[in-house]
Amino acid sequence: MESTTKETTLLVEGALRQTNQMKKPRNFRWFTPSLYIFFLMLPIYWLVNMSFKTNQEILSKFTLIPENPTLSNYVVIFSDPSWYNGYINSIIYVVMNTVISISVALPAAYAFSRYRFLGDKHMFFWLLSNRMAPAAVFVLPFFQLYSSFGLIDTHIAVALAHCLFNVPLAVWILEGFMSGIPKEIDETAYIDGYSFPKFFIKVFTPLIASGIGVAAFFCFMFSWVELLIARTLTTVDAKPIAAIMTRTVGASGVDWGVLAAAGVLTIIPGALVIYFVRNYIAKGFALGRV
Amino acid sequence: MDKTYNNKAWLLVIPVFLLVALSAIIPIMTVVNYSVQDTFGGNKFFWVGTEWFTDVLRSERFHDALGRNLLFSFIILCIEIPLGILIALSMPKKGIWVPVCLVLMALPLLIPWNVVGTIWQIFGRADIGLLGHTMATLGIDYNYSSNVIDAWVTIIVMDVWHWTSLVVLLCYAGLVSIPEAYYQAARIDGASKWSVFRYIQLPKMQGVLIIAFLLRFMDSFMIYTEPFVLTGGGPGNSTTFMSIDLVKQAIGQFDLGPAAAMSLVYQLIVLLVCYVFFTVMSNVGTDKPEVEE
Repeated sequence: MESTTKETTLLVEGALRQTNQMKKPRNFRWFTPSLYIFFLMLPIYWLVNMSFKTNQEILSKFTLIPENPTLSNYVVIFSDPSWYNGYINSIIYVVMNTVISISVALPAAYAFSRYRFLGDKHMFFWLLSNRMAPAAVFVLPFFQLYSSFGLIDTHIAVALAHCLFNVPLAVWILEGFMSGIPKEIDETAYIDGYSFPKFFIKVFTPLIASGIGVAAFFCFMFSWVELLIARTLTTVDAKPIAAIMTRTVGASGVDWGVLAAAGVLTIIPGALVIYFVRNYIAKGFALGRV
Repeated sequence: MDKTYNNKAWLLVIPVFLLVALSAIIPIMTVVNYSVQDTFGGNKFFWVGTEWFTDVLRSERFHDALGRNLLFSFIILCIEIPLGILIALSMPKKGIWVPVCLVLMALPLLIPWNVVGTIWQIFGRADIGLLGHTMATLGIDYNYSSNVIDAWVTIIVMDVWHWTSLVVLLCYAGLVSIPEAYYQAARIDGASKWSVFRYIQLPKMQGVLIIAFLLRFMDSFMIYTEPFVLTGGGPGNSTTFMSIDLVKQAIGQFDLGPAAAMSLVYQLIVLLVCYVFFTVMSNVGTDKPEVEE
């Protein structure tokens, strides 16, 4: 009896070894992802390439790398207030929005992850429906709402307007992270005599630090990439970089080099932070549900 | 997780409720208000009932925009979902290439939407763009701003470029959560690659795939910025999707009544899909609590 089990184990091991050996020689798995990444990088490469060329070179010849690499396009952006103010404006309202979203979403997400209460499911659904709402529907009413408060062309108007989709996003993502924390931790803390605010700040927040980071990243990003609402609510003083770029496209005799440089600069913030949240990208996009 | 019933939890939700109500309920009420009234200019409004709704629902313009939008969503889903699965399956599972792949693939997702439009606008131009220039050199007649087919192809390729990574990353998250023991068992049984995919990987990816599917549908259904920057809705009206048409009507022509009625119909469609999404997401959350690892 014993020998048969031994035989089977040997057989199994042999089979495993065989399949392992069979797999080794034809390992072309890297091909598909590499091809895909090549496809992704091509347009970005072209943008970066153009940003280091003079406008003359862009229009006159076709070169795969800049003949006389120049930083003049970037100099234009960093020395012209109408360009660099766009970045400052974008960053101001995006940061404001992220801070507001996270601070109101934290307690709410806790409530959703720990308690059942009257209308909780409806409320959760209603939040999601706002995350999914088409911005085009809200453009005109937002304009009227904020102009009646005299808030047009201020950073806070855009920050508040972006809360429409970022607060629900933050609540959902944070709820996803919080539900992964066992409830016993809360109960133990209460038995140990922690009050709710003290528990929340001292014990709970450190536990979901990565969740907060991920939620903040996604709030930042979705506010950063949005154009329609931001453009409608601003005219001069709070105009985001995205809107300034669109304006330049419409003008005659576009300075392609500067436009490309401006585009490259908008990619940088995301590219810098992405490494730190790389393992949570899927979770963030799936609103904490993966 | 079993939750206790406690209505005091509302106190924690109130700030969110107020903030989102400010930016959702008040604007929607304005829209409802416009959708049932007409104006002769100034601030004089009068009641027209459901007239705008019947107008909009019968208008060819609305049908066309909706049709274009549905066609667009259908095409990009048909491309992005299978492509995303294929790429996720061939991605490395461990080693130094994992973070490299993840970061590079996520890059298009983080680019502002109008910059995505700009990138492709430049990329596709015959005089200065790599793609346009290559096409011209090869002798292919390609011009996204005058040819309808070219415009559609460019927008679809742009969307595939922009969003396939989302599907890849979601599927990948589903794949890495499959325990190694499953694959070993399959190897012992001598399962083919296809049956490993069909009976292990696909069922395990089901949850994330549904999420990816719905997310891609919703986002492509409200697409605005990218085609707006690339083609401006043209040539003609061939790439005027719902959002573009709506903004044209509301801000360009200031036809508040029809625009408001269209907004509500649009919002209603979104709500419906959203409900499906919500039900699915709630279920995914409950039957797979261990996916985190």
